[in-house]
Amino acid sequence: MSQLSVEREIDRSKMQVSDEVAIEINNMNKWYGAFHVLRDINLTVNRGERIVIAGPSGSGKSTLIRCINALEEHQQGKIVVDGTELSNDLKNIDKIRSEVGMVFQHFNLFPHLSILENCTLAPIWVRKTPRKEAEERAMHFLEKVKIPEQADKYPGQLSGGQQQRVAIARSLCMMPRIMLFDEPTSALDPEMIKEVLDTMIELAEEGMTMLCVTHEMGFARQVANRVIFMDAGQIVEQNEPEEFFNNPKSERTKLFLSQILGH
Amino acid sequence: MSDIGYVRTEMLPEQEPPVSEVGAIGWVRHNLFSNWFNSLLTVLSLYFIFKVLAGLVPWVISPTWDSGSLAECREILHALGREGHYAGACWGVIHERWIQLIFGFYPEHLYWRPIAAFVLLGVALAPVLFSDKVPSKLLIFSALYPFIFPWLLWGGTIWAPVAALLGFVLGWAAFNAVSKAMSTLLGFIAGALVALIWWLVLSSYFVGAMDSIAAIGIEPVESRKFGGFMLSITIGVVAIACSLPLGIVLALGRQSDLLIVKYICVGFIEFIRGVPLITLLFVASTLLNLFLPPGTNFDIILRVLIMVTLFAAAYMAEVIRGGLAALPRGQYEGADSLGLNYWQSQRLIIMPQALKISIPGIVSTFIGVFKDTTLVSIIGLLDPLGLSNAIRADANWNGIVWELYGFIALLFFAFCFGMSRYSMYLERKLHTGHR
Repeated sequence: MSQLSVEREIDRSKMQVSDEVAIEINNMNKWYGAFHVLRDINLTVNRGERIVIAGPSGSGKSTLIRCINALEEHQQGKIVVDGTELSNDLKNIDKIRSEVGMVFQHFNLFPHLSILENCTLAPIWVRKTPRKEAEERAMHFLEKVKIPEQADKYPGQLSGGQQQRVAIARSLCMMPRIMLFDEPTSALDPEMIKEVLDTMIELAEEGMTMLCVTHEMGFARQVANRVIFMDAGQIVEQNEPEEFFNNPKSERTKLFLSQILGH
Repeated sequence: MSDIGYVRTEMLPEQEPPVSEVGAIGWVRHNLFSNWFNSLLTVLSLYFIFKVLAGLVPWVISPTWDSGSLAECREILHALGREGHYAGACWGVIHERWIQLIFGFYPEHLYWRPIAAFVLLGVALAPVLFSDKVPSKLLIFSALYPFIFPWLLWGGTIWAPVAALLGFVLGWAAFNAVSKAMSTLLGFIAGALVALIWWLVLSSYFVGAMDSIAAIGIEPVESRKFGGFMLSITIGVVAIACSLPLGIVLALGRQSDLLIVKYICVGFIEFIRGVPLITLLFVASTLLNLFLPPGTNFDIILRVLIMVTLFAAAYMAEVIRGGLAALPRGQYEGADSLGLNYWQSQRLIIMPQALKISIPGIVSTFIGVFKDTTLVSIIGLLDPLGLSNAIRADANWNGIVWELYGFIALLFFAFCFGMSRYSMYLERKLHTGHR
């Protein structure tokens, strides 16, 4: 995949991992019908961690992060997010979803609402924020992702990169404590990948807890504090980025890295 | 091979298109005479249109507006030297009977009531249809209108619509109280129960008591006096207004994870769609009485309204399901990931888009329902078609066909065409870039 290196110097002053646990996953298993898609996943994410999940397609990495905000249901094991256990109780699920931001490969903006309305909808209806305050906050985050001038347009009038930045701003408007990224740059033209990655780097610099499924190995090297490699529904290897890229232990990881970095 | 290098030194300015591409000449060339075959078709079509108009226009232009019978019409045309079957239309029948075609046998001195009802209908619809041009405060009137409309048409004591309205208020209050104390589902059940008990048991005592205190009311009109376009529009408007929300509920129910809800909705939709409307109307007019306790007087128009509404709702549900199916899964996931609950995401994200996609289908169903109201003539209600038979039974007008059907068709066309244009306007208004 594309080897976009990040040009500017990254400010690491606030990128600190605390001892507080943000997400804890214990012995989690998931099946799609008879297909065992996630196998015995154990993962603890501390607050402030920036984790990149890599792996071949079909390895279950998207499914894993979609389990964290209950877009997918797991059948066995335990997932605790911010101290709340994911169960079938809808109130718990809605609470976790409002605390955990998610950015999708295909943006999933709401095409019938303007950019500003996309950003204020959930704060107004879920958080009961007054409209004026929600709009001010939306404009603040739209400025942060550098597209405040598009606030009155509709998603269909924006480029892919702009749409993905709106999607990030929309998630941030809910003031999440954890952000999940599900291949945020995979549907973008090469020119637009950088603008989205820059936004993600800024977020990391502010100390956001992030889990990113991505093929951007440059981003992983420079921003992540941990890289997880998945294959066939299980975590095969995880390490600090330096170790992971320079000194992979498992044969499967070596093969994967040689394929994506080899040309 | 050294000549492949090329650099443009100046960019070309935009030029006017050639005359043959724009303006009236360009249009005619493009659309009517682009090649010999199209030219031939154009000439043939023009000839065909000329022949049709040459036959139709003289028939329509016929000075028979004041005639009192078909025989008189023929005399007038004969005096003009116009003979034969298609000598000219006999417009006297429209002149004499158009009021009846519109109001049926509604008492003449009360015509102001249906007129007021339909004028107010326009007022009530305006904030719904043109939300960006009409102040939204009018919506309060739109909400009250369903209670004003039947009262104006059928008359009677004012306390009946007030009692009906009170049922909603009580049900809403019960829903609020119970859903706060317990769950939303229990709230729904409690609200519906309270409202039903009120309507079926208590409201008649309320109406009686209030009537004895202050008898305010207008002259009642029986259902059998209803007829003409007034009847068609009444059935059409009620069926359209009720079938859309019912259709939405059925479409959502059909997609529900709750198995019982799902199968009730699927069963209802498949049963209603599998049965012709005319059989449902026969059930309404004859069979329904067998199932009801003896002595219940269940208005025939009300029975027809219920049947037509259920029929339209089943079709509506399938049209809306199509819209739901066309939405990408990502929209549901986007709404879920922001923490919106089921009803919020349906109301704010899913339905606005699904309904927008379904507008052409929804309006087709509306138009279909409106035209299907003519079927009520078969069970003896005097809609315009039923009336046209009655008019022909009059010795003066025996043998008149085209004039009556033409007039009825014209009025139906005006309504249906209006709906169709409105749907196109709405689609343009809601267009926001891509889907």
